This record gives sequence, C-alpha cells and structure tokens, in this order.
Amino acid sequence: MKSRYKIAVTVLALLFLAFGFLYSGNSVNAAAEGKITGTIKLSGTPPHMKPIDMSKEPYCAKLHASDPVKMENVVAGADGSLRNVVLYISEGLTGNEASAVPSETPTWDQKGCQYIPHVLALDVNQHFKVVNSDPTSHNIHPMPKLGGPNHEWNKSQPTGAPPFDVSWTGEEVAIPIKCNIHPWMHGWMAVVKGPTTLSDDKGSFTLNVAPGTYTVTAWQEDYGTQTQKLTVAAGKPVTADFTFKAK
Amino acid sequence: MRTHLLNWSLLLSVVLVLSLTAVSGAQNTAYQENQWMEGAVSHIGKLTGHAKNAREDYRRYCVGCHGELGDGEGENAPWLDPKPRNFTLAQFKCRSTPTGTLPMDEDLFNTIARGLDTSVMPPWNTFTKQQRADLVAYVKHFSARWQTEKPGTPIQIPSAPEVTADRIKAGQEVFRKLECWKCHGVEGRADGPSADTLTDDQNRSIKPFNFHDGVRFKCGSTDQDIYKVFMTGLDGTPMPSFADNVKPDEAWDLVFYLRTLQPMHSKEKEIARQLGLKPIDPNAPPPAAAPQQ
Repeated sequence: MKSRYKIAVTVLALLFLAFGFLYSGNSVNAAAEGKITGTIKLSGTPPHMKPIDMSKEPYCAKLHASDPVKMENVVAGADGSLRNVVLYISEGLTGNEASAVPSETPTWDQKGCQYIPHVLALDVNQHFKVVNSDPTSHNIHPMPKLGGPNHEWNKSQPTGAPPFDVSWTGEEVAIPIKCNIHPWMHGWMAVVKGPTTLSDDKGSFTLNVAPGTYTVTAWQEDYGTQTQKLTVAAGKPVTADFTFKAK
Repeated sequence: MRTHLLNWSLLLSVVLVLSLTAVSGAQNTAYQENQWMEGAVSHIGKLTGHAKNAREDYRRYCVGCHGELGDGEGENAPWLDPKPRNFTLAQFKCRSTPTGTLPMDEDLFNTIARGLDTSVMPPWNTFTKQQRADLVAYVKHFSARWQTEKPGTPIQIPSAPEVTADRIKAGQEVFRKLECWKCHGVEGRADGPSADTLTDDQNRSIKPFNFHDGVRFKCGSTDQDIYKVFMTGLDGTPMPSFADNVKPDEAWDLVFYLRTLQPMHSKEKEIARQLGLKPIDPNAPPPAAAPQQ
C-alpha cells in the first residue's frame, strides 16, 4: 500500500513538472512571436572622428601606433548606416515583459585603453561583468544622473585584477562611464526595462517582442532620441527604420 | 455711521482671515518640502539626534553655504571652491562605507567636528555632541535616499602592524603597482600624467592630493583615516576605491609609505631617509601582461 502511494506521488510530481515545462515553453514562444526589425541611418556628412592621443599611456599608444583609435561618438558606415544606437521599448510592455531580466551577463571590457563595447544596452537588474584586459590600471567610474535612481561609484581595477559583477537598479538612458586615469576613455550604459539591443555595423537591429502596440525609442549619444509607435502582430515582422541627421 | 463701522470691520476681518489662510497655506508648502523632518533621526553611540532640534543651528551656521534647501546653493556658494556639499544627493566623500553607498551617521558626525581641510568648512567643535547629532539628522532629512536605503557595511580596519623598513619598501611597491602615481605623481607632488585632466562629478576641475604640502587630509589625519580613503574612495571625485584589490597588509604598507612623503617629521620618514629610498621609476619595465580572462 505504502509503495503504491509513493508511486502515485511520484507520477503526480512528474506530471506537475511536465506541465510546468510546457507552460514556460509556451510563454517563451509567445514572447518571441513578434519581431521589430529596422535599420538606423545617418543623413548628411558624418562628423570627423578625431584620432585619440594615448601618449600618456605608453602601452596603449604603442598598441595602436599603426592604426590609432578614433573617437566613437558617431560610428557611421560608408553606406550611411549608424552603429551603436540603443533600441528599446519605451511604452506598451506588459508588467511581466518589463520585469523579466535576461540571464546573459554581458562583459564591459577595458582593452587597449578603450571600452569594449563603447555602448552597452542592459536591463534593469541585469548583471554585467567588468573586466580589465590591459597591463595597466583603470578606474571604472560610472556617473549616473545625480539625484536619479542609480548612484555613482568608482572602483580601481589594477592589471590582473579579477572581473567583478555589477547591475543597475533603475532605468537610465544612458549612464556615462569614464576612466579618470585615461580621460579619453568614455562609454555609455543604457539601462531599460524589457527587450533592448544595439544597431550593428550594418545599422540593423532586431527586437523580439510579444504581439502588441509599442513605442520604440532609438537613442544615439550625440543625436538624442527618436520614437516610433507601431503595432506588432504574431509571425509578421514590423519594420521601424530611423534616420538621424548629422549635425 | 455705526453700520458703516460695522461693515468696515467685517470686511477687515474677512481680509485678515483670508490673508492668514494664505500664510498658513504657504507654511504648509514649506513643510511639505521638509516632509522627512519629523522622522529624521541619527544614532551616534548612545546619542539620538533629531532633525527638528537642529533647525536653528542649521539656519544660523550652515545655511549660508549649504542653502535653505540643503542643495549647496547658499548665498556664499558662488564664491567657494570646492563647492559646499549638496545634501539632497546624499553623496559624501568621507565615509567608512564602500563606494556608492550611504555613509554611517558617525561619518557625518565626525566630518562636522573635524571640518574639511582645504575647503572653507571649519571644524565645528564648539557644538555639543547633541547639537552635532541633531545636525546629522538635519543633513539626512534633505534626501529621500535615507528613507529607502541603508548605509553600506563599514570597512574593517585591522589594527596597525609595526612600521618597518620592509613595510615601507612594500608600500612603495603598492604605490607603483596600483599606479597611484598616475595622478599623485611619482613623488606624491600631485603632478602625475593624469593630474591636470581630472574632473569631479559636476565636471569641475579637481586636483589630486599633494602629499608634500598637505599635513592634514580631507577625511582625517590618523593612519586609520588614510587607510579608509583608499578602501572607500572619495565618491564624486576621481579617487576610486581599491577595496577589491588591496589586502589589509598592503593597505597598511601604503599608509606607511605615504607618511614618508609628507613634510612633517615621522618615524616613517626617518626610516625612508636611512634606507635612501628613491622615488619610483615609472619607466621601469612594464609589468607582465594581464592574465587571460
């Protein structure tokens, strides 16, 4: 009798688990059913990006001697595509979509006296890893808006120091990051709720969302924000192209 | 005639009542701005400070620089450098807590008594301890951060080891390895390669500390105070926290080495003289490449 009871409990537990898996699978599928794709363009002549003088850090100056690193405020392709633009949903997310936090832990690397990537798009409370790949010390100094939801901190990461893990608690587009030792090092972290991505080297992007009506916002560090309202249906990608005007 | 007088006095009283209502309305607005006043307290050992008891002291002694709203925009502020602290942001340089966190009440209590060297903030050591505790609570009532966050966990400072020649030499190696010299200079004269490019969180130019002309440090002059500075960082300035990467022993070595750079006579300076300690050489062979992450 006792063993039968045990079997019944085990079967029930297994059924429970199986339904759980099915259910979670369903919800993931639902979230991925809709798609927003697009291309970011820059109209007009792209501004000249000055080469960076790294002579104050001999190691980095030598590293880039043959091909000096240029400023990265505006990274435009010959075809007018614009890279490093942050895309996110600023309106229309349901509570669940807004509060879901991706499990991927992106890396913020200090390499060759540059931030790699130059712009990082993150979810609120999403963890990221700060790495120093250089044989020189850096101090990583994010400077969120004073009085805002996130707070400034400033940590040294000497050469060989292990990576450390951090996250941001509030939405902010975008937090400037700097290294005081190497004042040319400058980057951004855009912290939003829900799906977010960056335009790639062809200026294109994809945001996976559930069907619904949304406002998509595109943010570029020099040119500010642009928005588009659109409705996403299941299985039909919606296009949202943005064009920023060169100043 | 009498009716006229009656009418006039009636009208006058209506006007009076209306203007009183307006005044009390205005007081209400001011009170709302200070909504955390009633509950704002500080705990310094056995002392409890109450913000409401510091109203008069703040208005008399602090308001000129820190301003009525605690935003650092008092009437003297335009002429001051460094600028008075903006209490509405609850960001403080001198803390015993990790970078990015709120300070302990004791940290603010000590800052009020000690003052901040190289600024116009004098030591307010004429206040009683109770007055200071009340002022700490008053400072806290300006920011909502104190309602939602707790101060960070204070860093632990182990008792100081004995000063030895080896420790001073090891401290100099820490100074080189952590690249303190990039800002503070190879001899600690605030002339490192990055010194003239430094800015604070408001993008105002800021100088690194010059160990040769400064006897007193901004956040206190004891060995423990110096130890604390590089373990907590000075938030709002380029000085970062080294807490993740410096072991307590190394931190003490660095404190001893920094003492050798200062102008006053000290045991450490004497040992450095006997050692014939030379400033570090920034052009020494670069350290080995960082291990692969």
